[in-house]
Parts: sequence; structure tokens; C-alpha cells
Amino acid sequence: MTAATHESSATATAGRSAVATPRKVRGREERSLGSSIALHGTLIVATVIAAFPVMWILFISLGPKNAWQQPSEVFSHLSLHNYSDVLSQTDLPKWFLNTVVVAGGTTVLGVFLAATAGYAVSRMKFPGSRQLMWTFLVTQMFPSIVLIVPLYLLMSELNLLDNYLGLILAYATTAVPFCAWMMKGYFDTIPKEIDEAGRVDGLTPFGTFWRLIVPLAKPGLAVTAFYSFLTAWGEVAYATQFMQSDHYTLAVGIRTFAQDQRPDWAWTSATAIIITLPAALVFMLVQRSLVSGLTAGGTKS
Amino acid sequence: MTTAASTEKTDQPAPGKNAARPPRVSALRRSWDKYWYAWAMVTPVAIVLTVLVLYPLGYGIYQSLTDANESNVASTIGAFHRPATYKFVGLDNYWHVLSGADSDFYPRLLWTVIWTVSCVTLQVGIGMGLAVLLNRKVRFRGFYRAMLILPWAVPSFIGVFAWRLMLNSQYGVFNEIITAFGLPAQDWLGTPLAQKIAVIMVNVWIGIPFNMVAVLGGLQSIPRELYEAAEMDGASPWQRFVNVTLPGLRPVSNTVILLGCIWTFNMFNVIYLLLGNNTSGDADILVTFAFRKAFTGISDYAGAATYGIIILALLLAFSTFYRRSTLKSEQA
Repeated sequence: MTAATHESSATATAGRSAVATPRKVRGREERSLGSSIALHGTLIVATVIAAFPVMWILFISLGPKNAWQQPSEVFSHLSLHNYSDVLSQTDLPKWFLNTVVVAGGTTVLGVFLAATAGYAVSRMKFPGSRQLMWTFLVTQMFPSIVLIVPLYLLMSELNLLDNYLGLILAYATTAVPFCAWMMKGYFDTIPKEIDEAGRVDGLTPFGTFWRLIVPLAKPGLAVTAFYSFLTAWGEVAYATQFMQSDHYTLAVGIRTFAQDQRPDWAWTSATAIIITLPAALVFMLVQRSLVSGLTAGGTKS
Repeated sequence: MTTAASTEKTDQPAPGKNAARPPRVSALRRSWDKYWYAWAMVTPVAIVLTVLVLYPLGYGIYQSLTDANESNVASTIGAFHRPATYKFVGLDNYWHVLSGADSDFYPRLLWTVIWTVSCVTLQVGIGMGLAVLLNRKVRFRGFYRAMLILPWAVPSFIGVFAWRLMLNSQYGVFNEIITAFGLPAQDWLGTPLAQKIAVIMVNVWIGIPFNMVAVLGGLQSIPRELYEAAEMDGASPWQRFVNVTLPGLRPVSNTVILLGCIWTFNMFNVIYLLLGNNTSGDADILVTFAFRKAFTGISDYAGAATYGIIILALLLAFSTFYRRSTLKSEQA
């Protein structure tokens, strides 16, 4: 079978040069029925494994209180009860608001820091730029535990414990290094001639950045913003240690339902779905650019 | 600041070198004023990193040289302020940990290495396999792709909770599924070995999509001509994979493996949230172990800081070594 494929693609290459491309591709892509079934079979199995836990928690969240013990009960008692319960009887709305404030703050701060630093490093090979990028890379290696205790003590001295700003600053340290790499990669794709034209027309370097480059870099900035947002949305360790009950974020709050001893899975599952929806939506919008930004930054280093 | 000083140094000899390298020097001169803007633009990030990363790092290093714990650090309870009474103990903490005297470090390190290697191998391997499948012309490709990245789209702690629900020993659906396939049910979150398998399984589940998407991007950047040339030479599909696909993926796979190792080594959410606090600690990796040291019982800040610095040193050494060896293999 392989031999036949090679032959046909070889003749295709020899036969036509202009219209050959689609033909040749198909030559390699030809499959027997058996391998087609195997291919789809593998993909279907993988899809089921990937989606099942998420679907399962959605499924349980739609059932009665004891659904996690008797999943078969769910079909006969489908309802949104758990959702209305967690929204009305618990502090979930407050946690949601806290998380939005913290994630929003992290996004603004993260984008600002990453964009300015990324632009400076992308455009100007100033002394210190290499060290700065190196610092960013090393910062990504920091286990949160290295920083969490000193940060905790530092924040308590600065009265920033149990404070939105404290958590936002802590998240900025995790989000910014990666975002700065990504922004540098993005700024590198914008031609330098644009900066030069701006300078010729009498803009200051900062004016060039603000008026010319920032509008052009909107897609890159959007990805940075979403990444910072998601970092803050899903972080557990800092939030657990820094915040008290009034300022709980979702990641901490959900643990009051999903306790170690007797987790309340009905509420946990409904809360989980409520937390997931915004994050997954944001994620699906940006995931393509997220990866290309990441690999570009990594390979060009 | 140091950066400013070093520019002046690089700039001053510029006129002298004018003849040797004219383009670079004139560029330097033209951009002389730009530098100030460059520094102005990196100042915010430099301040934030200095205050929130470098200072805590220095503080952490200092703490690891003391015997600080919850009972002797400075604290303010109401109007009462208690000054710090911990003292400098030199390298005692490091010696205590590295000599094996605390009897925790080496078992945790061994398990951390096993955990990292098995997670990264499985994530990259399965991710690459799925990427190769998705890179072909398949019907419903968009659908498969969207479903396969679902574990990444969900915040990781939610994914962990979903698995905790499924792995429940008494009512969990996971045991029902595997017994249907004839495998024995396990107390997944209870017994040490089962715990270890469970955390690896969950982490691999979370990590595959990233690897898959990254490799997919890498696959699409391999020039079609290379495959055509290989076909013309009569290479079998397997030979094409080994001799065209794998080398073409090297830049991507090197990055992905390095990042995967760093992230997995430092992975906190999966182990801490899946097993909670009522665990024997057998499945704790260095990071979660240090976290428990710092925040459960009488907080042992010095011990946790020591662990943190050791983890960081291990990762730095590994990354340097890894980058050097991959650079060599790329040049070869």
C-alpha cells in the first residue's frame, strides 16, 4: 500500500508542477479503511477521556444533593437547584466579585508592566536588557514556596495581607515574566520602520510606543491580558495564605465546600461550573495565540 | 543605578572605535537618547521584580540561614508587638537537609524526580501522538481539537476537584469504570501507591493539551518539501517520522520539555488539592512538602525556606545543563 502511495505522489510531482500541491498532499493523506477506523477510534477515545471529568462534574451539578453517591438519580431529578443554592445561600457572589477585582487588577498591572518592558527590550538593545530577560526566565523557575513565606512576611509588614492590592502584586510576579517574553516576541514582529517613521514625524520614543505601536499590538496585548487574567483566576497557594474569609477568591472559597473530610459535592460541582465558564470562554478565544507566543519566545531566546 | 553606569562605559569608547565598526557606533549614538526611555520603560517592571521577587528571594536565603519559625518571628497581636528572637545558624539547615538527617529530603527528592520524569514523558509522548493524528486530514478535526484541549481550558484546580470526585473510593465513578474493564478497584486517594498513580494520572490529563497544541504548531512549521523529498527517496511512514518529523520538532520539543519539567517539578495544585491535608504525605513532592512545613502545625519558616532555595538551585542547575546539551545537539 505504501509503495502505491509513493508511486502516485511521485507521478504527481513529475506530472504537474503548478497545480501539484493539493494532489501531493492527498497522496500522503490517503488511508485504507482500517487505518481510518483506527485513527478515528483513537481520537474518539482520547476525546472521551479528555472531556469526561468536566462533563461528569457538570452532570453531578445538575442532580439532587446526594447525586454524587447515586449518579443514576440525576436523570430523574434534573434541576438547577444547586446553582440557585450556592448563589443565594453562600458567599459565592462575594467571592466571585473578589476574584473579578483581583483578576482585573492583575490584568491591568500585568499588561502595563509586560508591554513597557517587552517594548523596551524588543526595540532597544540597551545595556541590562539581556540580564532583564534572563531574570524573567529564571523567575519562571521559582517554586511558589521560595517566595510565599518571605512575601507573606513582607506583606504583613506592609499591611498588605488580606488586601486586594497585595494579592494583585503577588500575582504580577508570576504573570509578568511570561507576559513580557510574549510581548517581546510580538513587538519583534512589528517592523521597526514604523517606529522610525514615527520618530521622523517628531514623536518622542514614548509617543511612538503609545500612539503607533500599542494600537498595532492589540492582538498581542489581548493575549497578555487574558493570560494574566487566567493566572489570577486559577491560583490557589497565594490566595489561600494571604486572604481572610471576607476577601476569599473563588479558588479558596470552593474549598470551604470541598473540604478534606466531608466535601459537599453538590455545591462544589455547581460552583466549579460557575468558575469554569468565564475562564473556559476566555481561554478558547485566545489559546491559539497563547501557544504561538510561547513557542516563539522560547525558540528565539 | 548599575545599568546607567554600564552604558556610559560602553558609550565612551565609541568615538575611538569609530573607524573599526562605523554602523554600530553611529547606531549607538543615534539611540543614545533612546536608552533613557528604555530604562524609563523598564523601571516599573524592575521595581516590581526587585521588591517582590529579588527582595523576598534575598530574605528567603537569609531565613534559610536562621532558625526562624512561628514562635520566634516578629508578630503583632493587637497592641502587643513581639520582636523577632530567631538567630543566625549559618548553613545548619542545609546540612541538616542535605546530610539526610531530616530523613525526608531524599525520599521526597526521589519521588519528585520519578513524578517529574513520568509526567513529562507521558504528557509529551501522548501530546505528540495526538498532535500527529490531528495534523492529518481528518473529518471533525475542529471538534476533536476543541474537545482535546478542554482539560487546559478548565482552571486546573477545577480539574483536580473533578478527579477527586471521580476517584472517591466509595462512590467514585472511576472505580466503576475500571471494574467494568476487569481491573481491580482501588482506594485511589488513600493508599500510598494508588495516590501516586492518581496524582500522575491527573497531572498528565491536565498537561496533555498544552503539549499537543505546542507540537501541533511545530508540525505545521515543518516544510512540506521535506516530506515530499523523503517520499521520493522511498522512506516508509515510520522513517519519515523519525528522520523528518522528530528533527523538525526539536526546537518546539526542547522548549516544551524544559517548561514541562519546571512546571511539573513545581506543581502545587494537583497534589495539594487532590489529596488534601489528610494524607500520609507519601505522595508529597518537594514543593508541597515545603508548603506543609511552612503552613501546618508550628510554621517552620526556616526549614521551608531551605527547601525552597534547594528546589530553586536544582531547577537552575537542571535548566542550565539542559539548555547546554540541547544547544550542542542542535549544532551537531
